[in-house]
Amino acid sequence: MSLGNPFPPPASRARLRAAKWGDRIFLVLTGLGAAGVIGLLVAFVAVLYYKAQPTIKLLGFSFLYTQIWNPTGGVYGVVPFAVGTLLTSGLALLIAVPLSLGAAIFLTQQAPQWMRRPVGQVIELLASVPSIIYGFWGLIVLVPIMRVDVEPLLKEYLGWTGWFGGTPIGLDVLTASVVLSIMAIPTITAVSRDSMAAVPLSQKEAAISLGATDWEVTRRAVVPYARSGIVAGVTLGLGRALGETMAVTLVIGNKSAIPTSLFSQGQTITSLLANDFFEQATPLELPALIEAALVLLVITLAVTIIGRVILARFQRSGTAGLE
Amino acid sequence: MKFDRALRRKIFSHSMTVLSGLAIVAILVPLAAVIYEAAVLGGSVFNVAFFTQGIPYPCSPHPGATCQQGGIAPAIQGSFIMMGIASLISVPLGIGAAIFAVEYGAHRPWARAIGMAADVLAGVPAIVAGVFIYALLVIYDPTISFSALAGGLALSIIMVPIVTRTTEEALRVVPNSVREAALALGISRWKTSIRIVLVAALPGVLTGVLLAFARALGDAAALLIVDGGGLYGFRGFNQQVAAVPIWMFTFATSPYKNWVTLAWGAGLFLILLVLALSVVSRLVLDRMTKKMRGG
Repeated sequence: MSLGNPFPPPASRARLRAAKWGDRIFLVLTGLGAAGVIGLLVAFVAVLYYKAQPTIKLLGFSFLYTQIWNPTGGVYGVVPFAVGTLLTSGLALLIAVPLSLGAAIFLTQQAPQWMRRPVGQVIELLASVPSIIYGFWGLIVLVPIMRVDVEPLLKEYLGWTGWFGGTPIGLDVLTASVVLSIMAIPTITAVSRDSMAAVPLSQKEAAISLGATDWEVTRRAVVPYARSGIVAGVTLGLGRALGETMAVTLVIGNKSAIPTSLFSQGQTITSLLANDFFEQATPLELPALIEAALVLLVITLAVTIIGRVILARFQRSGTAGLE
Repeated sequence: MKFDRALRRKIFSHSMTVLSGLAIVAILVPLAAVIYEAAVLGGSVFNVAFFTQGIPYPCSPHPGATCQQGGIAPAIQGSFIMMGIASLISVPLGIGAAIFAVEYGAHRPWARAIGMAADVLAGVPAIVAGVFIYALLVIYDPTISFSALAGGLALSIIMVPIVTRTTEEALRVVPNSVREAALALGISRWKTSIRIVLVAALPGVLTGVLLAFARALGDAAALLIVDGGGLYGFRGFNQQVAAVPIWMFTFATSPYKNWVTLAWGAGLFLILLVLALSVVSRLVLDRMTKKMRGG
């Protein structure tokens, strides 16, 4: 925005000079803020990389593919935790995405007018409830239900798939995924509801005039139009699930091994950090933990960037998108 | 045949409607259960002692004996001190970055870079932010790597991207004609930015700040790494200080009856605070937009 004023108002020279200096100082100050935000991101990677040097030098790439974490034996591998993180977050999305989209569709397309706004606002509010509350509820209320009611049933009827082996004790990968999905649902629902509500009426009317049923209107007119909002919501939900610490730590059982079934106790990168950061067995465990944090940072960066790339592609492909 | 197909489509459509209706029931039931549990169990400890006393002796009631209830006063104090530090850092930083991006950098690549950086930062897990601050302070001065100051710094990292992003969006909505009018009157650029554009965008900015505040207030993960909670209220910026979400975590994992009940109380306290913040921000937004429209 360049706005040269061809008719400068009469002003004393001193005032003009003051304004000029004011502008300069202001530019520098806001520029510092901008540099701070970008610098923070660079500093993140740099500091973690620097403090993880001892293990990076000693172990090299073996940290990324070793399947055992045994600090007293000097063996450090991030695989069990990376698997735990990706498995719980993936399962959580598998549960949360269909439910959230269904709810968003209901709230924007089918629900009676009077309930759309209030329910939408309540869901938005639930998205900002601190995660530790979901975790605590999971530990006290959900774990016994999973142990006594849900998991034995799953074992009996779906045991043959191999996913539900072992003794169901409630504190396991499955429960952690369920808690994560309950946490992610309000976020995904709220964002996709916003974008579905913003679909112009003309789009829907066009579909209706062609004889589409309610579902076909949603499937062919609403969802494609709102898809960038949906992707944004899912990315946001996935980001929160990947980085969630407290809720997971409380219910996953905290065992540093690769889960063999959904009833296995496991560990995510976040719960590893929460459990071990101040109870290090050996001096080398600290850099190993920091390197694990670096791995998690890279995973979440990748998710954010992939999400943005998908959004950019949608916008280029011409669908009116919402960002 | 043709009739058959139309009927099938109709039946399919209706069953999808039913399914999406079931989806909303399925998501609201567990969420309602969380809030209900917190309200009932947490509500039972909401009294004067809860807000004025400290941590009670751990105890599980034996028949015929009662436990001291105690409260979370030191944790409330600690949380607000750390939130104060976090707000003092993140609000100017985030607003400054957003003004720079929108007012000075429209259509320039680094304006997009700031938005991108804020987006990426928003995706950084809170516990990684904690590890980052710990690692940074250990390099600088190990004695303060586990303190109220470190906690405030870690929380500010959670707030910065939210403040930056929402401020940016709010500033972008202010029409360019407003800026042009101000500059045409001979008002200097920085005064235009602060006194006119920022003021016009204030409701949006405020909502963003409150949102960021609510998010950081309830976060335990970052504080677990750089502050650890502790039993006491504020004793100095270089000392550990108690925090509500950390106490909730400690209580939740303890076997003592009175501590677990207190954890529900802490949970209800956090929920109510977040609720109040979002209601306030909505009211502010409504009132200020009305005022501005009404002239």
